Amino acid sequence: MAALNIQKGASSHSAYDLRDPNAQTIESHTLAVLVENEPGVLARVIGLFSGRGYNIDSLTVAEVDHLGHRSRITIVTRGTPAVIEQIKAQLGRIVPVHEVHDLTVEGPSVERELGLFKVTSKGDKRVEALRIAEIFRASVVDSTLESFVFEITGTPEKLDAFADLMRPLGLSDQARTGVAALARGG
Amino acid sequence: MSREMTGARMVIEALRDQGVDTVFGYPGGAVLPIYDEIFQQNDIKHILVRHEQGAVHMAEGYARSTGKPGVVLVTSGPGATNAVTGLTDALMDSIPLVVLTGQVPTFLIGTDGFQEADTIGITRPCTKHNWLVKETDELAATIHKAFHIATSGRPGPVLIDIPKDVQFATGDYVGPKQIETPSYQPAKKGDLATITRLVELMETAERPILYTGGGVINSGTGASQLLRELADATGFPVTSTLMGLGAYPASGKGWIGMLGMHGLYEANMAMHDCDLMIAVGARFDDRITGRVADFSPGSVKAQIDIDPSSINKVIHVDLPIVGDVGHVLEDMLKVWKARGRKTNAAAVQKWWVQIEQWKARNCLAYRNSDKVIKPQHALQRLQALTAGRNPYITTEVGQHQMWAAQFLHFEDPHHWMTSGGLGTMGYGLPASIGVQVAHPEALVINVAGEASWLMNMQEMGTAVQFRAPVKQFILNNERLGMVRQWQQLLHGERYSQSWSESLPDFVKLAEAFGCGGRTVADPADLDAAIQEMIDYDGPFILDVLVEKHENCFPMIPSGKPHNEMLLGEASTEGAITGAGAALV
Repeated sequence: MAALNIQKGASSHSAYDLRDPNAQTIESHTLAVLVENEPGVLARVIGLFSGRGYNIDSLTVAEVDHLGHRSRITIVTRGTPAVIEQIKAQLGRIVPVHEVHDLTVEGPSVERELGLFKVTSKGDKRVEALRIAEIFRASVVDSTLESFVFEITGTPEKLDAFADLMRPLGLSDQARTGVAALARGG
Repeated sequence: MSREMTGARMVIEALRDQGVDTVFGYPGGAVLPIYDEIFQQNDIKHILVRHEQGAVHMAEGYARSTGKPGVVLVTSGPGATNAVTGLTDALMDSIPLVVLTGQVPTFLIGTDGFQEADTIGITRPCTKHNWLVKETDELAATIHKAFHIATSGRPGPVLIDIPKDVQFATGDYVGPKQIETPSYQPAKKGDLATITRLVELMETAERPILYTGGGVINSGTGASQLLRELADATGFPVTSTLMGLGAYPASGKGWIGMLGMHGLYEANMAMHDCDLMIAVGARFDDRITGRVADFSPGSVKAQIDIDPSSINKVIHVDLPIVGDVGHVLEDMLKVWKARGRKTNAAAVQKWWVQIEQWKARNCLAYRNSDKVIKPQHALQRLQALTAGRNPYITTEVGQHQMWAAQFLHFEDPHHWMTSGGLGTMGYGLPASIGVQVAHPEALVINVAGEASWLMNMQEMGTAVQFRAPVKQFILNNERLGMVRQWQQLLHGERYSQSWSESLPDFVKLAEAFGCGGRTVADPADLDAAIQEMIDYDGPFILDVLVEKHENCFPMIPSGKPHNEMLLGEASTEGAITGAGAALV
C-alpha cells in the first residue's frame, strides 16, 4: 500500500503532532494555560507534571479576569516534541482548564520575568554593581550603606546574565517571579 | 424553580433527578444526615457493603453492565481512603462513577479532626474531577455537574466531598437542566477530512485490521452495532483488547480473538504484519504493544479516541481522529458507502488465508488430563454449560482472568467486567454483586483465583444479605498463579511468597456466610459441580481444585515484540532477558 502522504514538520495550528515522532531533541516550550480560578486548580496542574514525570522550569499564576474568575498559568517546560504534545493534551483534559496555548509554536511571543537581587558590598565593588545595574536598566528599590536591592525586568536570559555579573560583586540573595508570556500582535 | 431544603435532602433529590436507583455504601459519622434521608424514602435502594472498596467495585460492576453511572456513598476519613483503589481502577478503565464522601464540618477542616482526611487531595490524581462543597447552595449543581462529567467524554470516576454541616444546613435546590460546564466540552464528531482519508486507505488496504478496545463499549451499544456492521461489510478481521471483549461477537466471522501479552497467536501476528491498523477506542497499553520499537512496523495506523491525550501517547499514529467512537464509526460507514463500498477484496482474501494459517497453530492448545482439572478445561466446560444463558462474567486478576478472556466467548457488550488497567485483585466478587443488583434475573459468574478472591471475600455477606445469587467460580491452584509463572520464567523458579498456605475450607466458608458451596477435584465431577452452581437458588462458591503449576500461554514475554510469542511449555527457558526483565 502506498505510504501516507503526510508532510513532516511543525504544524503549530494542528491539534495533532505531525512533527517527526521519533525526534529525540529536547525542546523548551512556554505554555499559557487559562483556567477556572477554583480551589485546587493549581494543584491539579502541578500534580499532573509530577505524577507523569514532566519538567517544570518555571511557573507563574495569577487571576487575570476577576469577574470571570479566570487565572492564567504560564509554564516553561522541556521535553521531546512527542512529550510536549502529550503535556498539552493532558493539560487540556483537566476539567477546569479552558484553553492551552503553546506560545513557542503559535507564533512570536514576548516573555518577561521580574527579579529582585540583593548585592552586599563596599567600595569599588559597590560602585561597579551600580554601574552594571544602569547598563541593565535595573532600578534600585532598597539601599543601605552596605547593600542594594535591584529590581530588573526582562527575559530569563537577561536576568541570568545580570546575576552572573553581580555574583563576584557581592550578590547575596535573589528572588525571581518566573516567566510571564503573551503572544505578540493582535 | 428552586426549592429550599437541607443539604442531605438535596443529595437524595439530586440522585433521584439523575435517575439513580441504587447506591452502594457504608454509613459513618460524617454522612449520618444523608443516611437519615435514605431511611425516609423508597426510590433509591441502598446496598450495604462490608468494606468501602467493595462498594466502589460493585458500583463499577453496576456501571459496566448497564452503561449507567455507579453511585457510592461513604463516610469521611477511612471511608474515603478505602475507596481510593476502586477510584483508581475506575479511572484506568474509564468507568463512570459518582462517589459521595462525608467530610468533617467545615469549621473542623484542617484541624486533624476525628476521621478527617484530605479526601480531595488524596483523590485528585485518581478521579476525573472532584469537588469539596462548602456551601449548601452549591451542592445540587455540583452533583448534577458530577454526573455530567462522569458520563460524558471519556467516562471516569468523580468524587464530591460533603462536610457534615453542609448536609445539615438548608439551601436552594436546582435541577439538572440548570448546570453549565464551560471549560469542559468534549468533542463528539471526528474530523470528516481525516475520516475520508481513512476510508480511502480502507479501500486499498491489503492487510487491514480493526483493533478495538473498551472505548467501543463505553460509547454505547450503538457503537458496538456500528462496529459489527463495518467489520462484516468490509470483511476486515477484528481483534480486541481485554477491555473491549464483547463489542464484536466471538461468533462473528471477522473475529480473530483477543490480542496482547496473553492474546491469541493469530491476533498478535496479524497486528504485527498488517498494513492498515484501525484502533477503535483502544489506547496502545503496554500489555498490547510489547516492545514499542517493533510494534507493527509496516502499518499505517489510524486511531479513533475521544481523549486527545490517548493519541500519540505510546505509539505514533498517522491518522488521529478525536471523537466519540459511535459518531466516528457512523461517519466512516456513511463515507465508505457513499464512495461505493470498495475494499481491496482479493488482497483481503489473501490476508485471511494467512490468518487461517496462524489460527491453525491452535495457540490455546493444552494437555488435558483425566486425573486433575486443568483450568482451561474448567473454563471450557463453564462456557459450554452456560452458553444458552448469556451470562455476565466478572473476574479477579491473574492467570484465571487471562484464561477466562481466552476461553469464554463474549457475544454482547456489557457482559464482561474485569480490572484491566489497574489489575486490581479483589475486584471480581464485589463487581459480580454490582452486576447482579442491576440484573437480578441474570446469571452472574465471577471467575476467580483463590488468592484474589480472598482479598474482598467479606462481600459474600453483602451477596447473602441482598439475595444476589452470584456464582463464585474459584480456580484454586493454591498459588498466586501469575506471580508464580513469572518467577518460573524470570527468577529461576524461586517461588518467593507465591503460594497460598492455610487456605480456608471454601465449603465451610460458604456455609458460614449462609450460601451454597462445593469443592470439586475430579474432572469427572466437574460438569455436575458447575451445573449445581448454576442451579443453586442463591449465591454459591464453587472451589475448583486445578492443576497447581499450569502456565498461561500464549505469552509475549516482556520486552519482546508481537511476533516472538511463547506458545507452550517447551519454549519458556530464558524467555525474559535483558531490558525485558525490568518490565512488569
